[in-house]
Formats: sequence, C-alpha cells, structure tokens
Amino acid sequence: MIAAPPRTRRSPRALRSLLPRPRPRSRVVAAVLGAWLFLVVVTAVALSLGDEATSPAALWAALQGRGPENTVYAVLEVRLPRVVLAMVVGAAFGVSGGLSQSVLRNPLASPDVLGISAGASVAVVAVIAIGSLGGPVGVVPVPVAALVGGLGAAALIALLALGGALRGRRILLVGIALSAALTALTQFLLTRIDVYDAQRSAAWLTGSLNARGWGEAMPVLVGVAVLVPAALVLAHTNRALLFEDDVVAGWGVRPGRARAVLLVIAVCLAALATSAAGPVAFVALVSGQVARRLAAVPDIPPLLAGAAGASLVLVADTVARTALPSQLPVGVLTGLVGAPYLLYLLQRRRSTRGTP
Amino acid sequence: MNTVITSDARLRADAVNLGYGDRAVVRELSLDVPDQKVTVIVGPNACGKSTLLRGLARLLPPASGTVLLDGRAISELPTREVARVMGMLPQSPVSPEGITVRDLVSRGRHPHQSWWHQWGESDTEAVADALRATGTEELAGRDVDELSGGQRQRAWIAMAVAQRTDLLLLDEPTTYLDMAHQLDVLELVATLNRDHGRTVVMVLHDLNLACRYAHHIVAMRDGEIVAEGAPAEVVTADLLRDVFSVEASILADPLSGTPVIVSHRTVQG
Repeated sequence: MIAAPPRTRRSPRALRSLLPRPRPRSRVVAAVLGAWLFLVVVTAVALSLGDEATSPAALWAALQGRGPENTVYAVLEVRLPRVVLAMVVGAAFGVSGGLSQSVLRNPLASPDVLGISAGASVAVVAVIAIGSLGGPVGVVPVPVAALVGGLGAAALIALLALGGALRGRRILLVGIALSAALTALTQFLLTRIDVYDAQRSAAWLTGSLNARGWGEAMPVLVGVAVLVPAALVLAHTNRALLFEDDVVAGWGVRPGRARAVLLVIAVCLAALATSAAGPVAFVALVSGQVARRLAAVPDIPPLLAGAAGASLVLVADTVARTALPSQLPVGVLTGLVGAPYLLYLLQRRRSTRGTP
Repeated sequence: MNTVITSDARLRADAVNLGYGDRAVVRELSLDVPDQKVTVIVGPNACGKSTLLRGLARLLPPASGTVLLDGRAISELPTREVARVMGMLPQSPVSPEGITVRDLVSRGRHPHQSWWHQWGESDTEAVADALRATGTEELAGRDVDELSGGQRQRAWIAMAVAQRTDLLLLDEPTTYLDMAHQLDVLELVATLNRDHGRTVVMVLHDLNLACRYAHHIVAMRDGEIVAEGAPAEVVTADLLRDVFSVEASILADPLSGTPVIVSHRTVQG
C-alpha cells in the first residue's frame, strides 16, 4: 500500500498569521458576486423598458401576475422570454469562450475562431438555399441546422487536428483554415439565392433575437443547466491546465483527456447558443477576457465569464430593442459595446502592469 | 501482470523501452531506485537521462517493460494516487503569466484536492511549510515572472514540496543557475532528503555536483545504464573515458571526501 507522506513540522503560529491564505480567492468571489449583481440590475432595467416604460413597483407586481393586464402581458409575455433568451445565449457564449481560451491557453481562442459559427452559418444558409432554389422549404428548422452545422464543424476540426496534440496553436490554425473555407462556401451560396432569402440569411448571420422567445430559449436553457455545472465541477482541473503538460501530469491530471472534455462542453454551449440566436459577434471572445481581468487571476472563472456574456448580450439587445429608431440585430451592438470595454480594460491594465 | 517482485524498492523500472514514435531512446533498462536516498542520473547529451526520468514519472508510457511503484504497474494506478506519492518537476518549467509564488506553490496541493474539497487546513499548512523550507516566504506575494532564475527555481521546488510526496523526481533543477544558486538548490534537495526522508531522483549535468550530492549515481550512455553505485565506486577515469569521452583525473574533495573530476581533454570515440 502507499504510505502516507511524512509530516513536516508545523510552522509557528506567528509566521502563519503573516501568510494570507491563498483560498478563498476573495477577489474572484467579489468579482463573481459583483458581476451577478450587475446582471440582476440590468435584467430589471431590461424588463422595465419597452414601448412603454414600467416603474419598479409596477414591474415587481407584474412579475407576480398582478397589476394592469397590458403591463403584465408586456412584461411576462413580450419582454421576459426575450430577456431570458438574451441571458442564456450570452451566458452560453461567455462560458464557452472562457473555457476555450483557458483550455487552449490562447486569448484568441473562441467558438468563432474554432469554426462553430462558420459551420452553423453554412448549414443555415444551405437550408435556406435549398428552399430558395426550388427544393423543399422548412424541412430542417433553422435552429436544428445551426446546431448540426456547428457541432459538425467542431467534429471536423477535432478530426483534422488529430495526430497532433490537442494544443492551442495547432487547433486554432485548423479552425481558422476551416472557417475560411466554410465562409467562402456561405458567400457562394448567398450569391445563388434570391434577394429576399439572402436578406433573411444576412439577418441570421449577424445574430439576432428579434421575434424569438421561449421556443428558442428552452433548448439553450437546458443546455446551460447541464453544461455549466459540468464546467464548474471541472473548474479545478481547468485551473491546472494553465500549466505545461508535464507539470499538469505530475499533479495527476491527464491533460489530453481533460482538455478534450472541457472543449466538448465549450463547443456544445456555443453551438446551442448559435442555434438560438445566430453567431452573435464577439461575445465569447470578449467575455472570457473581461472575466480574466475582473478577477485578476490567470485562469478564467466560468461563472464570471457567463455573467459577462449574459450582461453583454442583454445590454446590447436592450439598447437595440429600445434606444434605436429601428430594431437592429443584437450582433451589431455586441461588437459596439464589447469592443470598447475590452479596449478600456487593456489600456488600464497596460498602465499598471507590463503586458496586457 | 503478476510478476513476482523480489526487490523492495518503491520505484523500479523493469526492462523498459522508452522512445518517441519510432525512435528508441532507452533500451531494456532496469533500475531499482534506492528508498530515501538521493539518486542522480548522469550521462552525455542525448543519452536518455531525461527520457528515463519521464518514464519513471509516467509522463512517457514505455513501449515495453514496466515501471513499478510500490510493486504495482504505474500505468495501471490512478494518476491522482500516483501524484500523491510521487512529484515531478520538469526541466525549466514555464509558469502562466501573472501567477504569484504563493499561487504556484498552492498548486502543488492539486492531487490532494477535488472540486468539492478545494482547500483545507492541511493545504494551508503544507504551503506554509513548503515556502519556509525553500526560503521563499518573502517572495510569496510576487509574480513568478518577476523573479530571478534561482528564486524561480526555488519557487517551483516549493510547489513540488507542497505536494508532500515521498518521491521527488527533478529534471536538471540547476539549469541556467549560477554557481551559488546551484549549490542553494542542491542543498535544499539534500535537506528534503535528510530531514524529511524523501526519495529523490534527479538528472544533473555537472558531474562534480552529482558526486557531492548523490548517494547513488546512475551513469547512462546510448539509452543504457553503464554503471551504478556510490559516487566513489562509479566515477573512475575509465568511466569518464568510456561514457563521456573525456580524459580526466579523479581527486578527493578535501571537505566531503567525494570524488572531484579534473578534466584534461576529449578522446575520440
């Protein structure tokens, strides 16, 4: 049997009191709590805004089904499904981006770069094209096509990257190459279909929450409910993967297997979110980086990346829905809101610490 | 595998072949690592020292043969269980950006934790002890990136110490260090062995340091063990000529009495 490790002498109490405990990681906990509090506030604001603004008291009543019928209808039937959809889509993209960035140890690794978006896009445009070119219309629903396309692209990348270790650079380059090919195919299909269908495709390709509700939200909600806890259980392993393989293996983690499992979770989350809302630009990439900087730790806490993603999509969609003259697709706004915030964080970081 | 174990060494290699792809590096090698001793593997470049160490640490699965830990094939043991008994420090490991010494050292507790038990009193104690034993307490709050080579190496060794394993495998822990830091690191290793009874296996380039700090020297050439034993028995002028292709005189260290090598010239194969 394996003997217990020899115990070393206890350090003097005086000395130990000088050493702050490395856990709980108070900064991380504070950042997570702050981010979720922010999300709650944003959610309340999003539920209050619409054709007619609702006061906090009226909102509280409406959420419990009390108050004027048209307010209850506006809050529960019109705004709530869309707000929930924005949150789960954002959270799914955020967790997905955070996982892929930390697993592949590369800030550029995100589902868009890994080809999930390109795969989903080509599948959706292909389905629309079949209808447009005289084939059967609506045989495959758009969300199903997107899901299959996204997962298919991921499987293809896994296959092409096989042989080499499942490591950052190789898998990223394979993803970029495949994305380029699939995007070219999408562009080709767009030139072959009629104008109306091309416009419909373009709206989907930007990422939009217009005219969507519980039907789209439910599959993502279920996916998030299963996959995010799985990511949290594996967070301990995820933190180890920041180190090189020989070090990680020395801690009793099988790096290859751990990476594969975490990437599968990331890919499924991204594919589900894409199926519901289209490839909403930039959310996955920016959420992971924002989370990493808010927590000031080398790893990316999934709960923080999820909150960042949910907040970003919700803010972007609420602005797109209420503040602008015409309802813009949310994908236009996520880039406009997310990019400056990331640039701000990068600037601030550079002034205090060497490299961003 | 029901091989009868005759040796009682905790870590053994039994006729292992190790390599990368088709390239065989270590051939039919058998080794008993003496318990609670410092074993140093020496040999010229590309003789398979590091490969052997990676094989012992189950980072490289053998093409054939078995590495045994406590009488069981290491490849069949749960990896986490192995990590609680045997620690491994690769050569000049790279730390992720922005990680502090304390965070690095606390990672050594990884095999003792799980997602539901992330941090306990014993972990705090192990980390504090490791920082103290390696003299890195005052560095604890600093980023590993900012440290000098010697400090960084001490921080990494502290990580391995915090893992509290009976066996510790170190791949060239003195690489890139100046003379004083080399001695610091090796004194630290000697202390871990002497005071805490840890079994140490390390790869070293410097033969004089190997002679001084090893209880047991393993000399390798072309993936095979040429000689092993106490430094005074193993390190001879013949061995230096045969293994390292160097003509040298062997003197005795006036303080420790261990062999000291004075090299004169290289000899052709």
